[in-house]
Amino acid sequence: MIQIKDLHKSYHMGSNSLHVLKGINFDVKQGELVSIMGSSGSGKSTLLNILGMLDEADEGQYILDNVPIKNLNEKIAAKYRNQFLGFIFQSFNLINYKSALDNVSMPLYYKGVKRKERTEKAMHYLEKVGLADWSHHLPSELSGGQKQRVAIARALASDPKVLLADEPTGALDTKTSYEVMELIQGINDDGKTILVVTHEPDIAQMTKRIVNLKDGLIIDDSPVQQVRASLHV
Amino acid sequence: MFNLERWQEIFETLSKNKLRTFLTGLSVASGIFILVVLLGFSKGIENGVKSQFEQDATNLITVWTGVTTKGYKGLNPGRYIQMKNDNFEMISKKYEDNIEYETALYAIWGAEVAYKNETGNYRVRGAMPDHQFIENAEIESGRFVNQSDLNENRKVAVIGRKLKQDLFKDEDPIDKNISIFGMNFKVIGVFIDPGGEREEQQAYIPLTTSQKVFNAGDNIRNMLFTVKMSDNFDDAVALSQNMANAVETELKQMHTVSPDDTSAVRVFNTLEEAKKIYSLIGMIQSVFWFVGIGTIIAGIVGVGNIMLIIVKERTKEIGIRKALGALPMSIVGMIIQEAVFVTMFSGLFGLIFGLGLLELVGPQIESDFIKYPQVDFNIAITTVFLLVFAGALAGFIPAYRAAKIKPIVALRDE
Repeated sequence: MIQIKDLHKSYHMGSNSLHVLKGINFDVKQGELVSIMGSSGSGKSTLLNILGMLDEADEGQYILDNVPIKNLNEKIAAKYRNQFLGFIFQSFNLINYKSALDNVSMPLYYKGVKRKERTEKAMHYLEKVGLADWSHHLPSELSGGQKQRVAIARALASDPKVLLADEPTGALDTKTSYEVMELIQGINDDGKTILVVTHEPDIAQMTKRIVNLKDGLIIDDSPVQQVRASLHV
Repeated sequence: MFNLERWQEIFETLSKNKLRTFLTGLSVASGIFILVVLLGFSKGIENGVKSQFEQDATNLITVWTGVTTKGYKGLNPGRYIQMKNDNFEMISKKYEDNIEYETALYAIWGAEVAYKNETGNYRVRGAMPDHQFIENAEIESGRFVNQSDLNENRKVAVIGRKLKQDLFKDEDPIDKNISIFGMNFKVIGVFIDPGGEREEQQAYIPLTTSQKVFNAGDNIRNMLFTVKMSDNFDDAVALSQNMANAVETELKQMHTVSPDDTSAVRVFNTLEEAKKIYSLIGMIQSVFWFVGIGTIIAGIVGVGNIMLIIVKERTKEIGIRKALGALPMSIVGMIIQEAVFVTMFSGLFGLIFGLGLLELVGPQIESDFIKYPQVDFNIAITTVFLLVFAGALAGFIPAYRAAKIKPIVALRDE
């Protein structure tokens, strides 16, 4: 599903240059649930942003679902993001003046889906994350866990190939974190490929494979015995 | 532009950001409102001053005489210069080609006029038929003095509306006899004068009659001429000024008056005064325009400012929308469409409100110098579109820049 070869990325700040990714190689197959771990500054978020086409690599090869991702202009990047990817952010990034339902239907709007169908689909995904009763609430009326579940529903709405989660539990307490992870595991069980960036070992243990990053290089990449989040809830 | 889905999205955004929408709208609406009221009053002043001026014909040359103040060719100062019928006829003949209307006048101030038991003192003027047009007088009933009245020295009178009200009340005055200093005159008409009541408190009788009954021989008090207007206003002013100067010189020669005696023979050229007034009105208007354009610029800057803030505030939202697959141009388009809709709607609202105010309050504040405040609708609607365009442009630049920001940067923006 994802193939990455010799990926490099530097940030320039004035005269200083910071080499963040120093040659990343890794593949992700269909249906995997991978966690990317590392201390802050290890380059894990940068990697995720490049995978999400929110940022561009300086060097290297990135193939997503057999489509080489390179020389993107804004238009194509937007189309690929809409078609291939669903994002889950640490700070949820919901649009605060739109109801849960409208937030979830947003990617469908940009996909060009008609209003009626959009609402139906969005409602379906809200049901899936257990928030059907909250569909007309604004983000400010929801708890952190609920917001993240709305964000997950939104990420799923356009039926993307890959879900990218950047510290999805970073702003949540342990119990809520496990609930969210349970949801993510459930989605993975349905066959969706998911990448999770985290620095919490217990969250990483709930995925199927851990990739460890340090100073811009992969130092460890191994499958793990998945811990079901439902056992902790 | 006509994408229904887009409009739904925009209305949703606007209705969920009421304060922001309201503030943008308010700045546009008040800008247009002030401009409309300002232009309305500028037009009102123009109308008022013009109507003050146009009580009589604007192309009028008035001639009257007084006492000499300077000795000339052996004659002492202090002589009263008396114009005669000859003087009038000579000028009338000489400037025939330039003259539109002409009249010589012999007037009595405070003549005793009576009808039955009602009596009053009024001005009685002996005039020629053209005088009606020179005064811009309108005949309410009956007719004005005509040439055969003059030829036959008829004792007929045309009375002003106010005089008629004073003496006749509701009675029809036509063909009734009034007495002027005890002499019977038949009323042949009633006139209205745009100069108002003061002008309507008088009676006109044929010039020849007045010279006879007031024992004036062939004396005349004033001569009035209107000059034929050419299409070019400046030409007309020059022509009438030339004629006024020539008439003055000629009269002075005929009556042996020093050329630099300013009080013995006086010629007043209304058109030249009119030119001054028109240029004053022009100046007032340009001041109003200056203020109006200033207001619009302030409005444009205000709208631009608000658009900048809105886009800044929405940077994160733009990032989110882009992460979800929005095209950069669709974001720019959305923001501009929103801006255009709000400015257009509130601009028209301000326009209607301003026009409504002029319509409602305008008639109440009519004074001598403000009349019919109104606004050229085309100008008003043009300014609305100008403001809309400026708002769109002011929104476009920051929106375009915001849409260019990588979503990752926009999302980091807290």
